[in-house]
Amino acid sequence: MLILTRKKNESIIIDGNIEVKIVECEDGRVKIGIEAPKNIEILRKELYDKIGSENKTAVSKNINLTDMKNLLKK
Amino acid sequence: MKINTANFGEIDIDESKIIEFKDGIPGFEDEKQFAIILNEDPENPFHYLQAVDNSELSFIIMNPFDVFPKYDFEIPKVSKEKLGIENEKQVIVYTIVVVPENIEKMTTNLQGPIIINTDKKKGKQVILDDDRYGIKHFLFSKDPVKGDA
Repeated sequence: MLILTRKKNESIIIDGNIEVKIVECEDGRVKIGIEAPKNIEILRKELYDKIGSENKTAVSKNINLTDMKNLLKK
Repeated sequence: MKINTANFGEIDIDESKIIEFKDGIPGFEDEKQFAIILNEDPENPFHYLQAVDNSELSFIIMNPFDVFPKYDFEIPKVSKEKLGIENEKQVIVYTIVVVPENIEKMTTNLQGPIIINTDKKKGKQVILDDDRYGIKHFLFSKDPVKGDA
């Protein structure tokens, strides 16, 4: 992982067209501004990870879809 | 083309039905091709999302609107871009179902719907940053998890 130290209002440029700027920096919280092309998706990591782990628990093993359907139709 | 599946053995899928997931899905970023195996029973709302290159990897999916008719969200612009969505008619939505030991407690993930552009055969699991929806909504209980959708 590349580690850089930035002060408030300083930025980083990624791949020539993504800019990450430190907008506010106080009280243990950093407000980050991101400028990126519209095909670049930006997400809070914990949200991405939450979906990833839920997907892992979802991998289906030998479940009877008919049983499931019957429950739903009850 | 023939694909191997743990649930159905070797099956024949029309190549034109294979959906490209360019970014994979969270947790399975390397799986770029999936096939939707629709339930033979037209009354059964549960289907499979099967990884083409990994016979063991399949998910039970459903049409969320069958159980949550008020489910609604905006597809984020970035995802529309990535999927090449030009109009709503191209879109089909599925949500992944998690089935625990006690099947009555099955849940579906409304926060991460699988969005498919049926014209372009492109799919993506879109992550919604929306307070109304969480990753575990019970299908059967009226007890809301993150509210009744």
